[in-house]
Amino acid sequence: MKKLLIDGVPGHGWLMLAVTTALLLAAPLFVNDYLITVLILIFYFAYAGQAWNIMMGFAGQLSLGHALYVGLGAYAAAGLYVHFGVGPWIGMGAAIIISGVVAVILGYLAFRFGVGGVYFAILTIAFAEFARIGFDHIKFLGASSGLFLPVKQYVSNDLWSLRGKPVMFYYLMLVLMLVALGICRMLLRSRLGYYWRAIREDEQAAQSLGIDVFRCKMYAVVISAAMTSVAGVFFAFYYNNLFPEQVFHISRSIEIILGPIIGGIGTLVGPIVGAFVLTIFSEGMTELLEVFKLTSPGAKQVFYGIALLVVILLMPHGIWPPIARALGLAEKSGEGKPTDEKP
Amino acid sequence: MSALLEIKGLSKNFRGLKAVQNVSFDVTQGEIYAVIGPNGAGKTTLFNMIAGAYAPNDGTIIFAGERIEGLPPDAVCRRGIGRTFQIVRPFPALSVHDNVMVGALLREPDTSRASVRAHEILRLLGLHDKRDMIASSLTLPDRKRLEVARALATDPKLLLLDEVMAGLRPTETDVMVDILRDLNRTSGLTIVLIEHVMRAVMALAGRVLVLHHGEAIAQGEPAAVVRDPAVIKSYLGTEVVG
Amino acid sequence: MPLETYINVIIGGVLTGLVYGLMALGLSIIFGVVRIVNFAHGEMMTIAMYVAVVAFSQFHLDPLLMMVPIAAALFALGYVMQAGLINPFINRPEHSQFILLVAVALIMVNLLLIIFGPDAQSVQTSYSLDSYEIAGVIIDATKAYTGAAAVVLSAALFAFFQMSRTGQSIRACADNYTGALVVGLNVKHLYALTFGIGAACVGAAGSMLVLLIDVTPALGPGYTLLAFIIVITGGLGSMPGALLGGVLIGVTEAMAGLLFTPSAKSMFSFALLVIVLLFRPQGILGKATR
Repeated sequence: MKKLLIDGVPGHGWLMLAVTTALLLAAPLFVNDYLITVLILIFYFAYAGQAWNIMMGFAGQLSLGHALYVGLGAYAAAGLYVHFGVGPWIGMGAAIIISGVVAVILGYLAFRFGVGGVYFAILTIAFAEFARIGFDHIKFLGASSGLFLPVKQYVSNDLWSLRGKPVMFYYLMLVLMLVALGICRMLLRSRLGYYWRAIREDEQAAQSLGIDVFRCKMYAVVISAAMTSVAGVFFAFYYNNLFPEQVFHISRSIEIILGPIIGGIGTLVGPIVGAFVLTIFSEGMTELLEVFKLTSPGAKQVFYGIALLVVILLMPHGIWPPIARALGLAEKSGEGKPTDEKP
Repeated sequence: MSALLEIKGLSKNFRGLKAVQNVSFDVTQGEIYAVIGPNGAGKTTLFNMIAGAYAPNDGTIIFAGERIEGLPPDAVCRRGIGRTFQIVRPFPALSVHDNVMVGALLREPDTSRASVRAHEILRLLGLHDKRDMIASSLTLPDRKRLEVARALATDPKLLLLDEVMAGLRPTETDVMVDILRDLNRTSGLTIVLIEHVMRAVMALAGRVLVLHHGEAIAQGEPAAVVRDPAVIKSYLGTEVVG
Repeated sequence: MPLETYINVIIGGVLTGLVYGLMALGLSIIFGVVRIVNFAHGEMMTIAMYVAVVAFSQFHLDPLLMMVPIAAALFALGYVMQAGLINPFINRPEHSQFILLVAVALIMVNLLLIIFGPDAQSVQTSYSLDSYEIAGVIIDATKAYTGAAAVVLSAALFAFFQMSRTGQSIRACADNYTGALVVGLNVKHLYALTFGIGAACVGAAGSMLVLLIDVTPALGPGYTLLAFIIVITGGLGSMPGALLGGVLIGVTEAMAGLLFTPSAKSMFSFALLVIVLLFRPQGILGKATR
């Protein structure tokens, strides 16, 4: 475990990670409330993007419906809290189980019946849309008029019930993002990680090397879904309101996958870089448009769309890979090679 | 010596086209066995059935005493049959080392030890200097060797090689022949190969099976088989003579 | 409920479904040939709908007449999009193509939002309340016109692909890309042409649909999805399949609206999609090999 987590990271890589982490840890002491909320959003997208990247970047299965797992996680934890007073940490267990089960069903249906490529992607959209419309009609969970968590002015932070000030969520999401980075590194360098990449590259060739392709793809879908649902739990307790039209909407799914694709699909740092770049760009755009009095609704999205076009045209592999090479942090292809090796 | 692979009455149809018809043969433990025949004779179809890519319509495949026909490719591989593809398919975006690593992880779940194994095999096939290269950047001869290396890494009892000499220059063919012969001698690895390059077949194979229109038309020692009138007729006196 | 109610609803569903089918035909043609999933399909249709709304409200031009110029305009848009923007992406991975078209869709939706605002707009023609009664069955006049127009256009397209030289060349590109290059076909031009034809379908369908539903800028994504569902249900690459899928979805939606609640109608379409994907992944009229 430890070997998978830390071996092969160069010294200056550790230094950069340590400096970045230290800066983020200290940030709430210096920055204003607005920036805290922006950073929480960044951590959220970095985390969810990291979880999505397991499925697409590692195992090559394109999901366009990850809002499904965010929503299931959010509704599971919020529903338990609102109706039964069950705390979010226990609710998180329920969220993981429910999302995992749904992922098993989706994965089983798709992979057993040989639904792949674009068809798989559309099946994931269909599941998410099905949930969106379905939750619109579940009265117990507020249906289309929304599910609300009780809110009051907090003086202290209750970590157990996740009731408190934004700064508590700031640190929680930061930890979550870093834990996801660690988990993904271990996964990527494990046997399963090699198998995923083999499947991503060529399923039939992978199978001829003894890999149980069905099982490995199932692992990818379930792990990715379970991790994503945890983001949903925090989403629910941070925003305190849930509407099916919002949480399950396809634009939520797209938001999740933009970060890793812009940052660098299949890489470990890409989802984090992508989340920072996109969120800062988006927020900066809002400010800038206000300065120029371009406040009509939609103006921001138009520029956002143009920016996406430019990035995808000019940097097909994302922002991170060229930076990583320049910094000497690119994942070495011969990694995992034994140290006692003689030339 | 006992038969490692026994094929009995194997047949495969594709929408009425009889690709392989009632083919039977045995491969002995430690043997190098070649399957030859003109294009479209059913050689690759035969391989695909042994490797589990196709289920046969009829017949049995017994490997190491167990029936394996109709098993999926991964299960066949885990039982000890490694294969290469006629059109090479390395994992393009992975490094040469990682390609072989994927194979090595089958028998050695620990990544460090699997990596040690991958390095050994890369040395064996002369790819060690290129281990950090991305597979898609290799030349065709190197890709063919990588394909063999990857299959070998799964530690097979039987290796199925589908035209690994095709497209190689004569000197490169000789290198591959030496590698395979060494493997066979030192580790007792049983090899079944499909090959058009007769130079390699004559140098390697102890016995040869000739397929024509999906049927086995001759079987025996290479020197005897190439003199068989039926075989010469099937090739219309082209490649076999040279 | 009396039997007539069911029959009326089913006929209404079939007629609306034919318009859906024409829209989906555009997606199917594009995917079948260019192998690009047009994630901006519904958005392109929304553009066509707004053009029809403006033509009607400013110049009193009937959407059924405007269908032809709007289809031509969308053809031009599609041609330019494929030739200028999408062509460099045809060999890129699916997720790259997806982001490209999502970005295009995002720009389209929000430009419409800026220009027309978020409120729904509609077209009220002189015949919008007319209906025919045939043997006790009431058929909405607008739906009858649009359904007939969709059938005529689909038939024309079918004839184009079967009989014209260009149509045959496009089919050759779809069957064998390398082969098409070898025999000297201008694949880039043919691809752009195909995208244009697909966009023209959407344009025509949009000007028809504006008679049936109100238009808002946010309509796009829902119709993109609907087009996917129809195409997959009917069978990708099958032109009659797209129409059949459209009709099936049209009827499913209409029946779900009648028997359950209208807001849940698309759930039944998704359920239909999942069933088809599982038991006949190539679609109802699709070819068996994938």
